Amino acid sequence: MAKNAQAKNNSDTSGATKMEVSDTEVAVEITNMAKWFGEFNVLKDINFKVMKGERIVIAGPSGSGKSTLIRCINRLEEHQQGHIVVNGIELTSDLKKIDEVRREVGMVFQHFNLFPHLTILQNLTLAPIWVRKTPKAEAEEIAMHYLERVKIPEQALKYPGQLSGGQQQRVAIARSLCMNPEIMLFDEPTSALDPEMIKEVLDVMVNLAEDGMTMLCVTHEMGFARKVANRVMFMDEGQIIEQNEPEEFFSNPKHERTKLFLSQILH
Amino acid sequence: MTKITSGSTDSIAIVRTEMVPDMPPPVRADGIVFWLRNNLFDSVGNTILTFLSLWVVYYALSGLLGYVFIDAIWQGTTGADCRVEGSGVCWPYISDRLNFFIYGFYPSTEYWRPNIIFALGAILLFLLATPGVPLKMVWGVSFVVVFPVVTFFLINGGGFTGLVEVPTEKWGGLMLTLVVAVTGIVASFPLGVLLALGRRSKMPLMRSVCVVFIELWRGVPLITVLFMASVMLPLFLPEGTNFDKLVRALVGVTLFTAAYTAEVVRGGLQAIDKGQYEAADALGLNYVQSTSLIILPQALKLVIPGIVNNSISLFKDTTLVSIVGLVDLLGSVRAGSATEGWSAPSIPVTGYFFAAAVFWVFTFTMSRYSQYMERHLDTGHKS
Repeated sequence: MAKNAQAKNNSDTSGATKMEVSDTEVAVEITNMAKWFGEFNVLKDINFKVMKGERIVIAGPSGSGKSTLIRCINRLEEHQQGHIVVNGIELTSDLKKIDEVRREVGMVFQHFNLFPHLTILQNLTLAPIWVRKTPKAEAEEIAMHYLERVKIPEQALKYPGQLSGGQQQRVAIARSLCMNPEIMLFDEPTSALDPEMIKEVLDVMVNLAEDGMTMLCVTHEMGFARKVANRVMFMDEGQIIEQNEPEEFFSNPKHERTKLFLSQILH
Repeated sequence: MTKITSGSTDSIAIVRTEMVPDMPPPVRADGIVFWLRNNLFDSVGNTILTFLSLWVVYYALSGLLGYVFIDAIWQGTTGADCRVEGSGVCWPYISDRLNFFIYGFYPSTEYWRPNIIFALGAILLFLLATPGVPLKMVWGVSFVVVFPVVTFFLINGGGFTGLVEVPTEKWGGLMLTLVVAVTGIVASFPLGVLLALGRRSKMPLMRSVCVVFIELWRGVPLITVLFMASVMLPLFLPEGTNFDKLVRALVGVTLFTAAYTAEVVRGGLQAIDKGQYEAADALGLNYVQSTSLIILPQALKLVIPGIVNNSISLFKDTTLVSIVGLVDLLGSVRAGSATEGWSAPSIPVTGYFFAAAVFWVFTFTMSRYSQYMERHLDTGHKS
């Protein structure tokens, strides 16, 4: 928990002071990966390595396979070719290893996917209690800590349906954090939100990045990419087309498709 | 009313300087007269329809109410008292034979045994069904595991209990109806849930077994199931094996209902958003955990109306056990009409009115309780 306390102190100091990337520890490594939906080759020739502490933003037109790609990392989707190694564990059909990976990888969805029949607090404590076997009181303490961190501790006893979209997404982030994950995956976390709520979610994500969390984010929030990403990956037709540091990516895109895409979204 | 600095509302530029506070809703014209005028007499056509409907209702109900209450015989000791020209149902017959309708051929000196079970069942059910009562697990396990065992040994007696043995052939009336209905409802539910989950399993063998089971039992009328269980089954079993007739009926009813429950529950499972499964998976919950903690609580809440529908249907279908020679409530009512001293034209009808009323009270209670539970479990929002 010391890690989090530190993050709190740092949350107001913007900048990349805490955002250190490890040189040796690999978080995710994908080699020659390919995937099909039936006949459709949705991902091809995927090769990349994510070091611990890296923050990757994955962008691309809809249907380019970016969501499918990050969903492969916690095996919500199964790849048919190549290798995915997460935290040193290779994802195969071995259920034990899949569960092991999922315990260390948090995921935030576009539509929040909170459990509507449970209170916010129960949403947060469920996995720690059942998966990590954390005692209930301790799990609740951790949950309250993260609810405070996403700035909605007063909502703990409400049901998800009583919260706004932005609040629900912050709860979803807190829910993942309660499992104390090594890696966080974000699948378009702000696309279903009203403009005014996007910021409150992005703030939490920036805060998390400053804390040194390894993050893979599928998002079109280019401001966020500029601010925290150390790499932007651009995908189209199931392939990684271009990848660069954010400054270079935005100011000097090389591939024609990237240029077209950026001209469409940056006005 | 609105305070707008730019003056005229024709102007394009508008800047609000003062927010309008929330106002109370406009006063609604309320009251029965207003309602009547708005809903029943708001046009000539509707007025005519209203009177026409009133006449139909009167015509239908006056006969019924007259027969059941106004012209009914309320006092008497034998059928002779009810053999009155133009009289309605014969209530003294019901009060005279009430014990038979409740306990069947159960010996009257031992009525206290089923009575204890009735009371125990009612208390457990109350504790289990009332939200806010603590120790739900204890009551649940008591009702599902301990209660049936206690029921069997207390009502059946014999053996180590030191009570007079009353074999199941002597059980009857409402008691038997409740035994069959409660066993059927309680035992078929978990089986139905498992079948529903099995039918959605990714394992082909598991899925096939469940599909075959469900389609087979659902495709056969209950009366056939009961008949098979009591007449055909003994032919297939090795010589000498002899199941109790009641047990055979119970198994038949349970498996039959489980098939229906399975399909209802499957409907609920299909209604759960894919994101719920994914969120549970992503958190590292295993299949049993995500199913029991995330999916089923939501799916079962959705299918409460369907499950209660099944239970009500089963409760009434218990009357079919009379085909295999068990004397349930309806059976005892039918048998009762042949009672010596109670022969009158109105006797069979009286019995049926009574049986219908008892069935209605039970099923209507179930229906109301399910509606209450739906409201109680509603957290207001879907996933």
